[in-house]
Amino acid sequence: MKRFIRIASGQGFWGDWLEAPVRQVEGGPIDYLMLDYLAEITMSILQKQKARDPKMGYARDFVPLMQRILRTCAERGIAVCTNAGGVNPTACRDAVVEVARSCGLAGRARIGVVLGDDLMDRLDDLLARGHRLENLETGEPLERVRDRVQAANAYLGARPLVEALKQGAHVVLAGRTTDTAITYAPMIHEFEWRGDDWDRIAAGIVAGHINECGAQASGGNTGVDWQTIDFVNIGYPIIEAYPDGSFVVTKHAGTGGRVTRATVTEQLVYEMGDPREYITPDGIADFTTIRLDEIGRDRVRVSGIRGRPATQHLKVSIAYGAGYKAVGTLVYSWPDAYAKASAADRTIRGRLERLGLRFDEIRTEIIGAGACHGPLAGEASPDLPEVELRIGVRSATDQPAVERFTREIAPLILAGPPTATGFAGGRPKVEEIVAYWPALILKSEVEPHVRVEVATA
Amino acid sequence: MRMKLLHLAHARSGDKGDTANVGLIALRPEIYPILEREVTAERVKEHFRGICLGPVERFELPNLYALNFLLHNGLGGGGTVSLKTDAQGKTYGAALLRMEIDVPDDVARKLGLSQ
Repeated sequence: MKRFIRIASGQGFWGDWLEAPVRQVEGGPIDYLMLDYLAEITMSILQKQKARDPKMGYARDFVPLMQRILRTCAERGIAVCTNAGGVNPTACRDAVVEVARSCGLAGRARIGVVLGDDLMDRLDDLLARGHRLENLETGEPLERVRDRVQAANAYLGARPLVEALKQGAHVVLAGRTTDTAITYAPMIHEFEWRGDDWDRIAAGIVAGHINECGAQASGGNTGVDWQTIDFVNIGYPIIEAYPDGSFVVTKHAGTGGRVTRATVTEQLVYEMGDPREYITPDGIADFTTIRLDEIGRDRVRVSGIRGRPATQHLKVSIAYGAGYKAVGTLVYSWPDAYAKASAADRTIRGRLERLGLRFDEIRTEIIGAGACHGPLAGEASPDLPEVELRIGVRSATDQPAVERFTREIAPLILAGPPTATGFAGGRPKVEEIVAYWPALILKSEVEPHVRVEVATA
Repeated sequence: MRMKLLHLAHARSGDKGDTANVGLIALRPEIYPILEREVTAERVKEHFRGICLGPVERFELPNLYALNFLLHNGLGGGGTVSLKTDAQGKTYGAALLRMEIDVPDDVARKLGLSQ
């Protein structure tokens, strides 16, 4: 057994820095590279792409990335764990196999896929058999929005990923697994942790939580002395994991960013619910047991983590169409920028009312004068050099009303308060609202459908 | 002495649906007990009046010298539904750092804190 393994974070979301994973692979020693591409809402976008083209439906950026790093990964023995498979891991695999062959790795690179998280085709069967898939936030049964569901995926845990690694996969492509699992599956695999070793599993979960948002654990977005951080050359986090469940958060030497107690703590509390129960398919981690020690420059040791047994359920991420929205903006300059933007807002609202248009919400923000912090920001100064009026509408059913709204912004340029500018982007676009419906399902309904396939390129 | 949390803590915030979470972290371990005493769920609810429309829950993480707040119904519908610029509550941590709390003068002196 290896004394320790290094699991590098290369992507915190789809759209994160394209250079980050390359720098993780080339900037120093690592054993695994984890890449997180999927947000809740990404799945519905991918379902739409797959509906248009059965070869699509995965994180497309992943394929050119593989072109850049796969050969080096093979030479250095680095395995890749990712959820880039989206709603079509098989198509993603086919594309990666092509890349492997073009890199001279035919007959050598082994590519694994994890299937079975996608519940879209099973939804009616599940509902018919009495699974209500109630919204965890509102308690409503899924039946209410069934006809508008665009994606439904169970969050799988680490076990299928571990299985793919056991079968010798150099690249493991999953769809909807938990963001944390792609970090700790290598730990379970390398250190042969038992499935009921709850404390070690919990340690893996915490390591995964630290890795899953990329540089947010290594100085990105930090509130402490951010002025002195080199963001240009920022290093992404690396988990140096030990068999006993302890680990060190670090980054490659010579990179920017910073790994301190402060930066790691900031990421630990990010998107935190009840810290005593961070629930995953593989176990529950208690974040109130985490011990942090700064043991060197850009080295934070994490230990003492306690866990509890997993539940019988998996979380299901469901995306459904929930109406339409549009947001328009105009900029107003000094003098009286705030007063002009407010008058423009009243003008638009007055015209919408005369048109008899009704919306579920009309929301106005004046950027530069409290859009983020509202009343906490205090009164707007009359001397503000400029502000941006940002007005948005939303309707669950009335798409034409939202369309009409988008034509009420530009008229303000000539037929409203003075100094309107900043309209070069043209008319705002009507967007479909794809809302998120979290639910639970029994593991016994999903796990028998989970399959792992590992193929040689 | 009245002090802004900005000088006592740092923060990170994010979203879970229509609930915002704000993690408030003491800048030094000795400051944590002051945060625990002063920054109650009730005070945070009051601070975010007009922004957070539901209840506020607080969880303590003394091991990390941190408090975690959940601001329910705080994001105008949340995620993709919300029309807010900050639909993910990314700036709510900074908003909490605007809060002023009482720090006993002798404690402030001992900790070398100044406004």
